[in-house]
Amino acid sequence: MGEADDSSKSKRVVFVTVGTTSFDSLVRAVDTGEVREALFKKGYTHLLIQMGRGSYIPLKHAGGDESLSVDYFTFSSSIAEFLKSASLVISHAGSGSIFESLRLRKPLIVVVNEDLMDNHQSELAEELAERKHLFCARPQTLYDTISAMDSESLVAYQPGDATPVAKFIDRYLGFTDE
Amino acid sequence: MESQDSHLFSEFGSLNVAILLIVGISTLITIRIFYVIYRSSKPLYSRHPGPLSTLIVLGSGGHTAEMLNLLAVMQMERFKPRYYIAAATDNMSLQKARVMEDSLLHKADVEVAGTSSFMQIYRSREVGQSYLTSVGTTIIALTHALWLMIKIRPQVILCNGPGTCVPLCVIAFCFKVLGIRWSSIFYVESIARVRKLSLSGLLLYKLRMVDQLFVQWPQLKSKYPRANYVGRLM
Repeated sequence: MGEADDSSKSKRVVFVTVGTTSFDSLVRAVDTGEVREALFKKGYTHLLIQMGRGSYIPLKHAGGDESLSVDYFTFSSSIAEFLKSASLVISHAGSGSIFESLRLRKPLIVVVNEDLMDNHQSELAEELAERKHLFCARPQTLYDTISAMDSESLVAYQPGDATPVAKFIDRYLGFTDE
Repeated sequence: MESQDSHLFSEFGSLNVAILLIVGISTLITIRIFYVIYRSSKPLYSRHPGPLSTLIVLGSGGHTAEMLNLLAVMQMERFKPRYYIAAATDNMSLQKARVMEDSLLHKADVEVAGTSSFMQIYRSREVGQSYLTSVGTTIIALTHALWLMIKIRPQVILCNGPGTCVPLCVIAFCFKVLGIRWSSIFYVESIARVRKLSLSGLLLYKLRMVDQLFVQWPQLKSKYPRANYVGRLM
């Protein structure tokens, strides 16, 4: 029984999410031997990839004492559950998945997709990386980011508050709080 | 000879009248546009008005999440009836808005709940679509938007991008100029925009078509001084 407890305690999942579209270069980058090894060295035991509509299929590994277990799926309605159970999140740069991970206080690496036409997505990831809320990488720098990262150096994100905007709109329209 | 002169004269005369009319009308419209822009930059009422019919434009994904965050802290009894519009390609947003509206109903607060309707609209530009083909799809989207706006004629418009909201805001602005319906238009730029406004935000800002534009990063406030920065939604 003590053994079972140990193994469940030591299960540390890396959750990779590409969102509603596809991001093959990210899936390809996490599926390399060096990235898997780097994650394993950092103490992670499982790699779970949400690959979306991508055409690149990663290799499944059973894992064990010597290496990382790897599994994947395309879509799920319970992404939130996967995020909750993860010890590290590697995400595309969409704001939804970034803020959901930050709210759950998960160590987060955001990988910017450089193939998108209107590439404004890096703005948010870079700004939040500058404020030390997450790590920002490109597919080709993912390995370096993982090797160099220290999740202790991250600062918890204070969620924003929409109340000032709502109050501003109310005042503007003549609604007063009485 | 004489009759030819008078004929010429009358032709010049009607031409002059036409030119005068065109100049006069365009001057009036220009003055009206400047008045609408001036009036829009000032608070609307000096005292407590009744509930206002409100159009809420849902973007998609992250945009919708930000808008729902804002709605969650708004006093909904002031904004009713509520009309939700989302892109025809976006199945999730209206569903999320419905869930939110249902939760208002479950609070058994009839005051707050009011009536809400949900509609879909053609998008002027899909993510990744080229700017050239955007012209054709924009015309279709404009016509559909006009039809919806004639039906709704909202007093308040809340939007936060992307392109879906631009035709609606343009039409609302024209309604203001033509005196069909006065509306207060609020645009909240996405939190994803840190250094530059989005195309939609920039258009509405430059053309002064929104009453108030909110940004979520101080960098943007210093770049676009007419914008408001009062913190982040997420």
